[in-house]
Amino acid sequence: MFTITKRRELNPTVTELWIHAPLIAKKAKAGQFIIVRAKEDSERIPLTIAGFDPAAGTVSIIFQVVGAGTMELNTLREGEAVHDFVGPLGKATEIEGLQNVCVVGGGVGCAIALPVAQALHAQGAKVTGIVGFRSKDLVILEEEFRACCDEFIIVTDDGSYGEKGVVTAPLEAKIAAGANFDEVIAIGPLIMMKFVVKTTKPHGVKTVVSMNPIMVDGTGMCGGCRLTVGGKTKFACVDGPDFDGFEVDFDEAMHRGTMYKPFEAHAREAECNLLKQEVQ
Amino acid sequence: MPNMDPKKCPMPSQEPNVRNKNFKEVALGYTAEMAVTEAQRCLQCKNHPCRSGCPVDIDIPGFIAHVAKGEFEQAYQVIAKSSALPAVCGRVCPQENQCEGKCIRGIKGEPVAIGRLERFVADWYRENVHTKPQAPAPNGHKVAVIGAGPSGLTVAGDLAKMGYKVTVYEALHVAGGVLMYGIPEFRLPKDIVQHEIEGLKELGVDIECNMVIGKVLTIDELFNDYGFEAVYVASGAGLPRFMGIPGESLNGVYSANEYLTRVNLMKAYRPDSRTPIQKSKAVAVVGGGNVAMDAARCAKRLGAETVYIVYRRGMAELPARKEEVEHAEEEGIVFKTLTNPVEVLGDENGWVRGMTCVEMELGEPDESGRRRPVVKPGSEFELDVDTMIMALGTSPNPLIRSTTPGLDADRHGCLITNGPDGLTTRPMVYAGGDAVTGAATVI
Repeated sequence: MFTITKRRELNPTVTELWIHAPLIAKKAKAGQFIIVRAKEDSERIPLTIAGFDPAAGTVSIIFQVVGAGTMELNTLREGEAVHDFVGPLGKATEIEGLQNVCVVGGGVGCAIALPVAQALHAQGAKVTGIVGFRSKDLVILEEEFRACCDEFIIVTDDGSYGEKGVVTAPLEAKIAAGANFDEVIAIGPLIMMKFVVKTTKPHGVKTVVSMNPIMVDGTGMCGGCRLTVGGKTKFACVDGPDFDGFEVDFDEAMHRGTMYKPFEAHAREAECNLLKQEVQ
Repeated sequence: MPNMDPKKCPMPSQEPNVRNKNFKEVALGYTAEMAVTEAQRCLQCKNHPCRSGCPVDIDIPGFIAHVAKGEFEQAYQVIAKSSALPAVCGRVCPQENQCEGKCIRGIKGEPVAIGRLERFVADWYRENVHTKPQAPAPNGHKVAVIGAGPSGLTVAGDLAKMGYKVTVYEALHVAGGVLMYGIPEFRLPKDIVQHEIEGLKELGVDIECNMVIGKVLTIDELFNDYGFEAVYVASGAGLPRFMGIPGESLNGVYSANEYLTRVNLMKAYRPDSRTPIQKSKAVAVVGGGNVAMDAARCAKRLGAETVYIVYRRGMAELPARKEEVEHAEEEGIVFKTLTNPVEVLGDENGWVRGMTCVEMELGEPDESGRRRPVVKPGSEFELDVDTMIMALGTSPNPLIRSTTPGLDADRHGCLITNGPDGLTTRPMVYAGGDAVTGAATVI
């Protein structure tokens, strides 16, 4: 069993859990993910590693409550345990030699962007952070980003905090102003990553995206997470999750992401009803 | 006087039109009376060719002689000397190509039902004998086994009986490998698999799940940091193949591994499962092996009205076990043989709406000795389906060999081993099962 050593609510729908998993903490690198099952009969869900502390033997995950699986995970308190915790899976984000990088995070994707920004900062790179949220009350990890970014820009869709708008506007402005990034690393909803690529491609700025398809095992045995990259089929769980953004077929990935929408809506409702019963 | 009935004693099974709506076991197994009757068909011949057909050389006439006398516990002890998983192997081995294929009763009639008898003995023992096996005296040596599928579990059991301290590392959240995620409940009930695994634990085998070797620990660390003196790699052949035809990324196209993992391991067939599976009307399963039969029969049980097996060679060339093909046919699976898909067709929302197929003819034999299928010109047609399951075979996952220096594989990704002891190109690293042979059988 994998005990939850710390639990923190980052905003009304986003939770951080630190989980005791010493072997994973020892091996984890920014960009890798774990597969978690909250309870004995839970679905296997992939979550990117948001932080790791090898000395304490802990690994953190940050997740948004979007469906039954994350809702179940969100019921667990400090001192309780998740049933299964497997990793570190996937390839780590390649940051070696990078000196001037723009890290773009969207929503809960910022939780995954943060360890990448921190790793870049630790190797002495100049880090520009651009993060976007729907509104002020959904902002997460601002302090942590400020601590590792040389420049930091926050935007909200509704203008309730930072600049009003989406992440691509400041990104475009930075590139136009001659920021000369070695690379842009974008992590967030598929639609955001697609538009980041649309912004960077005309300028030829190399862009790496972290894909988040549906997964089952996370070890390459099922192909549920397959994507088309550069015209070839790739398994995000073993070949990724990071890919060259210019090569990814985002429209196909978005279609595949909707595969279980009706089931998920139903499962979410069932889980909500279950929780209501427990409260009564 | 032996029982000279030319036919096997039939095994009771669920009616096809009942069983194709549930996930309960199809074959119900022999009663004690049936087992004794069938065991008496064995001639106890001197040469016992059946034994040469058994990959682990079970003393088949020996255990059958006990069954014929109603000595079921003794029969179990004979099998247990050679096999760690008799309840599993009695159910899923392709006996027609193994022990039963060599039985001399098969020359003038049907062979002795060795598999059914093995299954009976194992089931009888599980239900009637509750003494736990004694863990043998430790010999002080530690061995790590990578992968808790049939190969890893068998090796773990044998080594444990020899006194080794064995730790099995499994990537998934339960042990059993293909026995848990691949072979469906209706052919191999999962509680039986888990019972056989419990037996190994009682022999002193440690099983650690959620451990992806190559990621969380490397083989070098198992040697250097954990003090293992030898490692056995039994990581199987779990990497699915796709056809590489247009439309394979549409929603509704599964690998058989994904489909079966959702259904079997994650129990997506249960209404209360947290793991979803597509509800299909018409399903095409591409391929002709046992995995294709399993996927097709699962799809039928999940409520699909029409399920096709689409296979590019003919009925005679189907690589699946004859019994599985017959069961599938009885359950209403439609065989479209000499047919090959060339494109998956999608609707405006990116879901499968059908596939374009071509008809095939069998030409000259190829290097494998099987007649090569060739496309019949102008034979294109569309098949309306909303789900496609690709059961084209699998190859070994590259994770372990790519993280273990000095571990060589052939061009198919199968680990290279030398001689009968399964030694790889790395000292003290052994390998077996599908990781060496590519996708094969349980035993």
